[in-house]
Amino acid sequence: MEDKVFSDGDSNVRKFNTINRRVFILSIAKGVIFTGILARLFSLQISDSKKYLTLSDKNRLREWRLPPIRGEFKDYFGNTIAGNTEVYQLHVIPEQVENFKNLMVRLKNILPLTNKQFSKIIKKKNQQKPWETLIISENLTWDQFSKVNFYLHELSGAKPVLSVARSYPFKENYTHVLGYVAQASENDLLNNENIKNKHVPGLRVGKTGLEKSFENELIGTNGVQRYEVNAFGKRIKQVNFLEGDKGKEIKLTLDTEVQKLCNELLDNKAGSISVMDIYTGEIVAMHSSPSFDPNLFLYGISFKDWDNIRNNPNKPLINKTISGLYSPGSTIKPIVALSALENNVISPNFKVRCTGKMEMYGQTYHCWKKKGHGVVDLRGAIIQSCDTYFYEMSRKLGVDRLKVTASRFGLGNKVFQNLYGEEKGGLFPSTNWKKANLGQGWVLGETLITGIGQGYVQTTPLQLCLMTAQLANGGFKIYPTLISTKNQESLEKIKYKMNQNLIDEEKYDSSIIRTAEKFFKPGEKDYKRLFRNQENVKFVLEAMFASTNQWNGTSYKSRIEDPKYQFAGKTGTAQVKKITEEQRELDLETSQIPYKDRDHAWFVAFGPYKNPRYSISVFVEHGGSGSKAAAPLAKQLIKKVIDRHEEREKIRKRNLVDI
Amino acid sequence: MFQQSSYTEQLTFFQKLRSFDFVLIICVLILGLISNFSMYSTDGGEFLYHTKSHLVRFLVFFTMMIFFSFLSLRFWHATAYLFYVIVLGFLVWASLYGITASGSQRWINLYFINLQPSELMKIAIIVCFARYFHREQITNVSSFKNIALSLTILILPIVLVLSQPDLGTSILIAASGVIVLWLAGLNIRYFVYSSLVLLVSFPFVISFLKPYQKLRILSFFNPDRDPLGAGYQIIQSKIAVGSGGLIGKGFLQGTQSYLEFLPEKHTDFIFTLFSEEHGFIGSVFLLIVYAILIYRIIKIGSISRSYFGRLFCYGFGSAIFIYIAVNMSMVLGLLPIVGSPLPIMSYGGSSMLATMIGISIVMSTKIYNKQIIN
Repeated sequence: MEDKVFSDGDSNVRKFNTINRRVFILSIAKGVIFTGILARLFSLQISDSKKYLTLSDKNRLREWRLPPIRGEFKDYFGNTIAGNTEVYQLHVIPEQVENFKNLMVRLKNILPLTNKQFSKIIKKKNQQKPWETLIISENLTWDQFSKVNFYLHELSGAKPVLSVARSYPFKENYTHVLGYVAQASENDLLNNENIKNKHVPGLRVGKTGLEKSFENELIGTNGVQRYEVNAFGKRIKQVNFLEGDKGKEIKLTLDTEVQKLCNELLDNKAGSISVMDIYTGEIVAMHSSPSFDPNLFLYGISFKDWDNIRNNPNKPLINKTISGLYSPGSTIKPIVALSALENNVISPNFKVRCTGKMEMYGQTYHCWKKKGHGVVDLRGAIIQSCDTYFYEMSRKLGVDRLKVTASRFGLGNKVFQNLYGEEKGGLFPSTNWKKANLGQGWVLGETLITGIGQGYVQTTPLQLCLMTAQLANGGFKIYPTLISTKNQESLEKIKYKMNQNLIDEEKYDSSIIRTAEKFFKPGEKDYKRLFRNQENVKFVLEAMFASTNQWNGTSYKSRIEDPKYQFAGKTGTAQVKKITEEQRELDLETSQIPYKDRDHAWFVAFGPYKNPRYSISVFVEHGGSGSKAAAPLAKQLIKKVIDRHEEREKIRKRNLVDI
Repeated sequence: MFQQSSYTEQLTFFQKLRSFDFVLIICVLILGLISNFSMYSTDGGEFLYHTKSHLVRFLVFFTMMIFFSFLSLRFWHATAYLFYVIVLGFLVWASLYGITASGSQRWINLYFINLQPSELMKIAIIVCFARYFHREQITNVSSFKNIALSLTILILPIVLVLSQPDLGTSILIAASGVIVLWLAGLNIRYFVYSSLVLLVSFPFVISFLKPYQKLRILSFFNPDRDPLGAGYQIIQSKIAVGSGGLIGKGFLQGTQSYLEFLPEKHTDFIFTLFSEEHGFIGSVFLLIVYAILIYRIIKIGSISRSYFGRLFCYGFGSAIFIYIAVNMSMVLGLLPIVGSPLPIMSYGGSSMLATMIGISIVMSTKIYNKQIIN
């Protein structure tokens, strides 16, 4: 028994020793593992804490971008001409809707939606991500809006919201100047990085006109709503809200009063009117007719409206003022005359006997007056717009010398540099041009018809307005602009600069470029002279005055005798089609000719004659003769423009730079 | 021997109460407190279902633990086999009539509680082995009969649990059993051999795994393989822990759990939630509490005069350590995801019950540390 106990005890001691030894080994292992876990915790929570915190925020925060608020356009007097208006919209975020189909069916009945709209929305839903806002309706009427609110408890997931949309308060008055906005298309996103970065469903971007040119300034920045979301994407709470910046406001040089009058004058006609300040180059009005209401494009234009606009033979979609190319007709006669004088081809006393036509190389060139003007000198030829005189003068001058003068005054060149994507440059032909483009030699007969503004020569209405302005200011280059900026040069400074260019030339008889370098900082507008001898310009201006204010002038009927409004102008009647001998014999009234074959009516003018300030160009497409169709419009217009002058000056004085 | 024995019998109630291990009790209470607050946080800061039932379970099982602590060590020794057999019976019952949830038949309905017998088996296997090796001569431990018998005791429940299927728990049962065999003095070369065999057979074992288990193992090695699928849990858990930083996001401020990015946050990933909200400092504190708990259990084992008590305490302490290590390694991305609760912290009645029974046996070892069992 003793023995047993003892040996038992001995075995027990060994047993206890073993277990103690082994638990010790185990403890060391535990210590190692414990340290390992601690190290792991340290690496996750201390070393890499930032990385995981970012990941956690990425998990829980999701941003919703709001459409930016578009900058506004103002006219010269600060009236909003393209603004933002509040609209009621209905939004749905598909992933927050329990049963999308039910909701849509319910909405279809309440709003109601047509089948076409319905399937369009379903299609849109399938294209975008489930957490992106789906716009059910962009412009609810007040009735629909209140109805939706009334049923809102049944429409879980639908959100009626107050949003902003573009509005054009003056409707068709500014359509072509401003262009219009519509939903951003694939192309818009591809072509403009800025739009791509700021895009949200339903974003409107400029499609044409200034809306497009100034897209990057106008667009503004997105507001950002940051929400905390759970693992299933459900919004839990709004974390913060960054308000976006509204796009830049852009102030134009246009006068809404004048613009409205232009629209009225061209009512039911196709054509264009532009008005320009002959010193500052500010465009006071610029209108193209027919126009349309750009507000139609906001919510997707209806098929019928779009069809009306697109299929209108008078092409309302084209901004005729800058993109319409037409033969200028007799309106370029002042330039032809100036060119002849400048090149010493003729003197003002040079006389031609007009018999109503002129024969050359077996070809007959007709004057507009069948009976002929008799013996006329240069002044008389401009006053009465005698074609025969100009045939003879152009023949002596030659087209290449004419082109130099014409180009200098802006014909055949874009008026704005990059302001409008759709602007066209037009064409003033030369012998080289014909050789290079048509591969044929120049024919003398072409010089003759170029001299009366027919043939290859093509200009936009605004080019003629600029041409007139640059004549009217005494023959100095100006810088046409639509954008009104602070820090303008004062009228006195502009006139001073022009005067400097004049005197300087006489004193030194050196190149224009050197003078410019001497007096003006680089990049500054230099208003360089466009003539050789200012007397020639003055002669032409006087002849234009007589054309309107002398009894035998072509626009005598449209004259204003009040010296405050008295203006000088030149008519133009551009042939669209070659007139056959029979037609010439018939001598039809304009109304008897098919519309498409009627002449284009032109009138360019500047006023007031003593101290001119504004130039205008009126163009009526297929309007008939310039004196009957265009000049009377100009008479009304110039009165309005001069009436508005004082108001305009007040604003202008505020924008002057102090020197 | 007689003297010692009679000495033990004479313990009064107050003497017993005085020899309670209060450090251990405080550790358990601290863990209980933390776990209840964490549960409150998983419920989104409201006193809801999980918090309520966790609190009730903790209180009930804690009280039960105190009562069970008064049972003498002899009682546990005497009922060890019975305990094992009953739990094994439950396992068979579970495999026959068990309740199925999320594709696994783990629970049996005892009318007052849905019991998960595999959790109890974690304790039962230790108690059973402690009794088995209590009387065994050290020279006999590595005999063929002993090895064969003890392996049978171990493998039976493992097979049953594996068939539920529940890989995590069966691994933990196996680990507990192997630890006790190691402590009991089984010849070291068997461990070396079997680990070699395990290594070699690893590819074959893989081929027997369920597809989702294979995916878990694959995504452990490369969580970014399928970040929204199998790798999701590991990635989100690491983000949660990592974003906690030094001091954590604050109580009830854990965005990962609050916004439901964290899976299984009540059970296996409770530590992740705690760590996100209380940061490195909180996590280290929790680790220290666990360390003290394990240290106390081992300490109590070392003062026990009976081999049964000592083996149980060593075994149980080590097992607890393994549970903690496996769970934490798993949520920190150091081990593949296998279901394994964190003792006391995790939601789950059976796990809590098993842990409390284990602690009450440890406590009884402390109280009756001079008792010698024949």
